Amino acid sequence: MGGSLDTTDESRSTAGATTRSDHPVVVCLEDVTKIFEDAPAVDDLNLEIYDGEFFSLLGPSGCGKTTTLRMIGGFEEPTSGRILLGGREVTYLAPYHRDVNTVFQSYALFPHLNVFDNVAFGLRRKKLTKVEVARRVGSILEIVDLPHYEKRKASQLSGGQQQRVALARALVNEPTLLLLDEPMSALDAKLRRQMQIELKRIQSQVGITFLYVTHDQEEAMTMSDRLAVMRSGKIEGIGSPRDVYDSPSTEFVATFLGASNLLAGTLEAASGALSSVTLTDGTSLSVPHERVPALAGSTTLKVGVRPEKISIGVAGTSVPAGHNALRGRVRVSTFTGVGNQYLVDSVSGTELTVYAQNIGQELAPRSGDEVVLTWPIEHTFAVVPMTGSNDEESTNDEE
Amino acid sequence: MDESVLTDHPRRVTPRRRGGWGKRLAPYLLSLPAGLWLVLLFIVPLAVMLVQSLETCSPATGLCTMTWSWGELPHQVNLYHQQFITSLLFAAAATVIDLVIAFPIAYWIAFYGGHRKNFFLIMLLVPFFVSFVIRTIVWEFILSNNGIVLTFLTRNHLVPSGFHVLGTSYAVVAGLAYNYLPFTALPLYVAIERIDRRVLDAAHDLYANRTSAFRRVILPLAMPGIFAAFLLTFIPAFGDYLNQEILGGVSNTMIGTVIQNSFLVNFDYAGGASLSVVLLAVSLLGIWLYARLLGTSTINEYL
Ligand SMILES: Nc1ncnc2c1ncn2[C@@H]1O[C@H](COP(=O)(O)OP(=O)(O)OP(=O)(O)O)[C@@H](O)[C@H]1O
Ligand SMILES: [Mg+2]
Repeated sequence: MGGSLDTTDESRSTAGATTRSDHPVVVCLEDVTKIFEDAPAVDDLNLEIYDGEFFSLLGPSGCGKTTTLRMIGGFEEPTSGRILLGGREVTYLAPYHRDVNTVFQSYALFPHLNVFDNVAFGLRRKKLTKVEVARRVGSILEIVDLPHYEKRKASQLSGGQQQRVALARALVNEPTLLLLDEPMSALDAKLRRQMQIELKRIQSQVGITFLYVTHDQEEAMTMSDRLAVMRSGKIEGIGSPRDVYDSPSTEFVATFLGASNLLAGTLEAASGALSSVTLTDGTSLSVPHERVPALAGSTTLKVGVRPEKISIGVAGTSVPAGHNALRGRVRVSTFTGVGNQYLVDSVSGTELTVYAQNIGQELAPRSGDEVVLTWPIEHTFAVVPMTGSNDEESTNDEE
Repeated sequence: MDESVLTDHPRRVTPRRRGGWGKRLAPYLLSLPAGLWLVLLFIVPLAVMLVQSLETCSPATGLCTMTWSWGELPHQVNLYHQQFITSLLFAAAATVIDLVIAFPIAYWIAFYGGHRKNFFLIMLLVPFFVSFVIRTIVWEFILSNNGIVLTFLTRNHLVPSGFHVLGTSYAVVAGLAYNYLPFTALPLYVAIERIDRRVLDAAHDLYANRTSAFRRVILPLAMPGIFAAFLLTFIPAFGDYLNQEILGGVSNTMIGTVIQNSFLVNFDYAGGASLSVVLLAVSLLGIWLYARLLGTSTINEYL
C-alpha cells in the first residue's frame, strides 16, 4: 500500500466530498434482511442513496454486497423489510418493471447474440426506433472502446472486452439507477483508469445514480461521493471517503479501509473537548471527544492513527503542542521510493507502521534506533475492539 | 544442448524414441470395438439392403435375381405413396405433440428440479423400462372397446355409443407420441439445463418480461436441443410400424408396416429394400431441409 495513499488523497479531489443529502432519495432500504437457508446474507440493512450520487459498497468477500444489489434490481426478494425506488415501494416488483439496470459480476452476456444485439437488447424492449437504437449502440460502443466489435459473438471476446460490453449494455439504457457489481475486476490497470474516468464523465453527463460494488478500496475512495463498508450483512461505516477514512467507526472499518495502527487502552474521564486513554504501559493519549464511540458499560477501547499521519523522530525530540507521543524502537526500515516505511515496536508492546514521505531532509532512522512517534491529536480516533472470532476476515486480502 | 531440447519438448520427441507404434495406434485400437460394431450392425446391413433393392423377386417362387436396376423402386413408390404420406403426417404430428408436451416438462425439471432433477428424470423414464411392444399392447388393452376408458365414458354417456378409439389415426399418433416422448424430453432437458440462469436475470434486467425473455433468450438458446429432439423423434416415428399395427386399422397403414409385410409376409425382399431406400432418402432429405432452415445455423453459433 506504501505511498499509494498519498496519491489517493490528491486524486480524490476529482470526486469531491460533496454530500447530496439535499437531493431526492433514489434508493431507500428499510430494515432489509435476506436469509439464505438459515444464515442472513443481509442483516437488517438501512441505506439511503441520493439522486446523482456515486455510491460505493465495499466489503470482504461474502459480506452481502451482491445480495444487496440483487434485491434492489429485483432478482431476489428480501426476507423482510422494504425497498423504495424514487419513493415508490418496489420490494416485490419484477425487475423488468424497474428503471434500474445492472452490470452483473459474471457479465451474463447473451451467448447467442453478437455485441451489437447484446447492447441493443434493452433499447429494443423499450421499442425505440431502429435508427435511434443504432445511434445509441454505436456511441456507447465508442465510449467503452469497442467500436469495431459489433458483429462479434460474446464468446469471441476476452474477459475485459466482455466486461465492457456488459457495461455498455446497461449504460446505454440511461436508467435512473445503475447497479455495478465489480464491473472492472477483469480490466488491466490502464484500461481500468480510463474506464473510471469515462464512468465518472458519463455519470455527470447523464445524471445517473451509481451504486457501485468494488473490492478495490482505492477505486472506491477516488470515485465515490459516499461509500459504505459492509461486514457480515451489515453496514459498519458510511459517509464520504474522507470521513470514513479519517474517523472510522469500528475496528473493522479502520483496518479494512486503508491501514491503521490500533493500540488497546482504557478510557479515563473526559476533560473538555479531549478524552484521555491510558495504554497498557501507562502512556496517556488524547482523542477528540466526538471521535470516541459510545461504550456499552466497558471502558476498554482501541486508539487508532493512520500510518501516514505519524512523524518519526529520534528519541528525545520534543513533542509539539497538541500532539500525541509514543516511544518505541525501529524494527524494520524500508525505503519505498516515495518514502520510508517503518515498523516500530512501541513501549506499549504494539507494533506500529509509519509512512514517512521522502522529502529528502533529515537522516532517516535505522533499525534498532530509539525513536519517538508523534501525531496531531485531531488525527487520533478510537474504536470499540472487535469481538468474536471474525477477526480474520478483516485482513486486507486485496492488493 | 540436445538433451535440454528433448526434455523441453517431450511430447514431440517421444514417438521417435520409444514405443512409437503403440502410442500412435492407441486411438485406433480404442475405437476398434465401436468401429466394428458400426461396420457389422450398420454399414453391412445398409449395404445388403442397397444391394437387395437392386434385385427383382418373383412373388410366386420367392426367388430373387440381381438385375442391377432400381426397377422395383418406382413401382413400389407408385403403389405405396399414400402410406408414405400417412407416415410423414403421423410422424410430424407426433413430433409436434411431443415437443409441446416435453418442453414444459424439461424446462420445469431443469429450472425448478433443484437437487431432485435426477429423480424427476428417472420418473419420466420409468414407464419406458418396459418393452416397447408390451407398452403398446397395454395401450391397446386400455383403449379397446371393452377397456376401462371407453367403458367409463360410454356408461356415463360422455361419448355416443359405438364410439371407438382403436383403429383410428388418433390412436396411432397418440401411440407414437407416447412411445417417443423420452427421445424428445431428454435432448430438450440437456439443452435447457445448459442455459445460464444469470443470462435470464440479464434479460429481465433489460426490460424483457417473461414472454419476451422466453422468446428472445430461452428459445434461441434451447434451439440445438429442439433440433436434436426433432431428429430423434421424427426419424424413428417415420419408420415405425408397431404402433400402427397394434393401435391402428386398415385405413391408416404406415410405410413401416408395408416394409415389414414385404419382408416377413410376402418375402418380397427387393420390394421391401426399395421402400427402405426411399424411406432413408426421404428422411435424409427432411433432415437436410430442416438443418438448412433452422438447425445448423443455430448449432454453428455454439461452436
Ligand atoms: N442463492 C444463494 N443461496 C444461498 N446462499 C447464498 C446465495 N447467494 C448468496 N449466498 C450467501 O450469502 C452471502 C453473501 O453473498 P454475496 O454474493 O452477497 O456476497 P458478496 O459480498 O457479493 O461477495 P463477493 O465479494 O465475493 O462477490 C454469502 O455467504 C453467500 O454464500
Ligand atoms: Mg459479489
